[in-house]
Amino acid sequence: MRLALRGIAGTLALLSLATADATSRRTPGLRADGDPELPARLSETGLYEPERPGVVRAENRAFSPQYPLWSDGALKRRWIHLPPGTRIDASRPDDWDFPVGTRFWKQFSFGGRKVETRMLWKVAKARWLAASYAWNDDQTDAVLAPEAGVRGVVEVAPGRRHSIPSRADCAACHGTPGRPLGFAALQLSPDRDPNAIHGEPLSSEMLTLETLLREGRLEGAPPTLLSDPPRIRASSPRTRAALGYLAANCGGCHNKSGEISANVPSLAYADVMAGADAVAESLVGRATRFQVPGVPEGASVVVDPRAPAQSALLARMRSRRPSSQMPPLGTVLGDPQALEALAEWIDKDLAHQATASAAPPPPN
Amino acid sequence: MTRTGRTTLLAAAAVMTAAIVTEIGAEPKAAPTGARSVERGAYLVRIMGCNHCHTPYKMGPNGPEPDMSRQLSGHPAELAMPKAPALGDSPWAWIAAGTNTAFAGPWGVSFTANLTPDPETGLGKWTPETFIATMKTGRHEGKGRPVLPPMPVENLAHLSDSDIRDLFAYLQSLTPIRNRVPAPVDPPEAQ
Repeated sequence: MRLALRGIAGTLALLSLATADATSRRTPGLRADGDPELPARLSETGLYEPERPGVVRAENRAFSPQYPLWSDGALKRRWIHLPPGTRIDASRPDDWDFPVGTRFWKQFSFGGRKVETRMLWKVAKARWLAASYAWNDDQTDAVLAPEAGVRGVVEVAPGRRHSIPSRADCAACHGTPGRPLGFAALQLSPDRDPNAIHGEPLSSEMLTLETLLREGRLEGAPPTLLSDPPRIRASSPRTRAALGYLAANCGGCHNKSGEISANVPSLAYADVMAGADAVAESLVGRATRFQVPGVPEGASVVVDPRAPAQSALLARMRSRRPSSQMPPLGTVLGDPQALEALAEWIDKDLAHQATASAAPPPPN
Repeated sequence: MTRTGRTTLLAAAAVMTAAIVTEIGAEPKAAPTGARSVERGAYLVRIMGCNHCHTPYKMGPNGPEPDMSRQLSGHPAELAMPKAPALGDSPWAWIAAGTNTAFAGPWGVSFTANLTPDPETGLGKWTPETFIATMKTGRHEGKGRPVLPPMPVENLAHLSDSDIRDLFAYLQSLTPIRNRVPAPVDPPEAQ
C-alpha cells in the first residue's frame, strides 16, 4: 500500500514538473495562450514581396465585395491569401469555411494616405486572430497597433477623427472565434448590383466566384452557383440596393444568431436573398424601443413611410452619438449617400405599406 | 498477510471501486451543477459589489442601504432625474444620484441596468454568451454601444468565462422585476 501511494505521489510530482516545464519553455513564436505571435510590422505578415515594401505578392489576391461596408468614406483595398493547395468549404453560401492559414488584409486610406491595414489570420480550425497595423509617416510600412487600438489617428471631417479599433472591437463585429464578413457568395457574385451604394469597379485581377471556381478554390458549392448566381431578388432596383446595403452594414449583428436581443428582422445575406420584399415589409411600422427625436414617446418605428426622416432606421444611421449610432462602432460619420438612397427607397417603395402597418407590433 | 486480512483488503477495494464507478456514472448526489453555479454566482455578486450600483439605495434607520425589494433591478424608471448640476472647473468630475443608480460625468449620464430576468426590461432574453460578450468587450450585448462608467469594464474583462457563466446563472435565478431603465444621455458635445 505504501509503495502504491509512493508511486502515485511520484507520478503526480512528475506531472507537476512536466506542467511547470511546459509553461516555462514557451515555444518560440507562440504566445502563452498557444496562438502565434502577431508580426510586429505589416511587411512581416506576408502581404508584400520580401524586401519590396508596397509590392503585393502575386499569391495574395485582390477582391471587392459588391456591397461595401461604410467606413467614414475610406478608400479601401482588400486581399486574401489562401494557402497553396487548399480550398474553401462553400457549402453554406454566406458562411464559408476557410482553410487554416488563410489571411485577409484591408487597407484604409483617407485623403490619399494609407492610415491602417487590418488583418484577419485563421490560425486554427475555429480561431481567427485580428490585428491592425498603423502606417508610418513615410508610408513605407505599418506597425502593429496596440491591443487597445489607437484613438483619433486622422481627421476625416472637421472635429471628427478616425480611430484604429481595439482588438475587442474587432471581435465585436467579427465575433469569437471570428470570421470574415465581406467574402462570400453574394458579395463575390458576378451578378453585381449596378445600384449598389458605394459600389466599386471590379478590376480584371480581382477574385470573383468565377475565378474561385475556375481555379478550384471552392468545394461543396451549389452546382448552380454560376448559372444562377447569388442575387437579391427584389421587386425594385431600389429595394435590391437598399437590402444589399443593410445586409453588409447591419446583417453582421442583426441576424438569426440570437447574439443580440433587438427587435429587428434578420438582415443576413441568406435571409435578404430568400425574401427581400418580405424583409423590407417587416421593417415597416415595426415598433422599436429607441426613441426617435420628435416622435411621441412609445410611438417610434423602424421604418415610417409617412415620415421617412422619422424612421428609427434613418435616425440611428444619421446619429453619431455614442448611445444611439448604428452601426455602433467603427465610424464617426454618418453615410450621406446611403441616408439619401434609403430615404428615397422608403418614400417611393414602401409608402404603400403605411396604411397596412398602422397598428405596430408589441414593443421589444 | 492472513486470509482474513486479504479478504478485508479485497472487500475494501471492491467498495472503493464501486464508489468510484458510482461517482462517475451517476448524477451527483450533492447540489446539481446548475445550483452550484447559482450559488457561486451569488457569492461573486456579493464580493464584487454589484448591488452597490444595480440595487437602488434608500434611506434606512442606519443611513443609506440597498432596497432589496428592488434587488439588482437598476435605476428606478419612475425616478426621472433632473439635469445634472454643472461642475464647472471644480476638481469634482462626476456626481451620483442618492439611489447610486444614476451618474453624470464626462461620458454623459448613465443609468444602471436591470439585471433581473424580466424579458422586456431586464436580461430575460439574454444568453450566457451574450453576457460573456458584454463583459469581455465592454459593449452592450458584446456588439452595441459602450458600457458606460462607473461600470468597471476594464476589470470585468479579466473574469473567466466560467465566472461570468456563474454570475449569469445567479442573475437568471432572481425574481424578474419589470423596470425599464432610461437610455443613457450623451455628453453635450456629442448631442
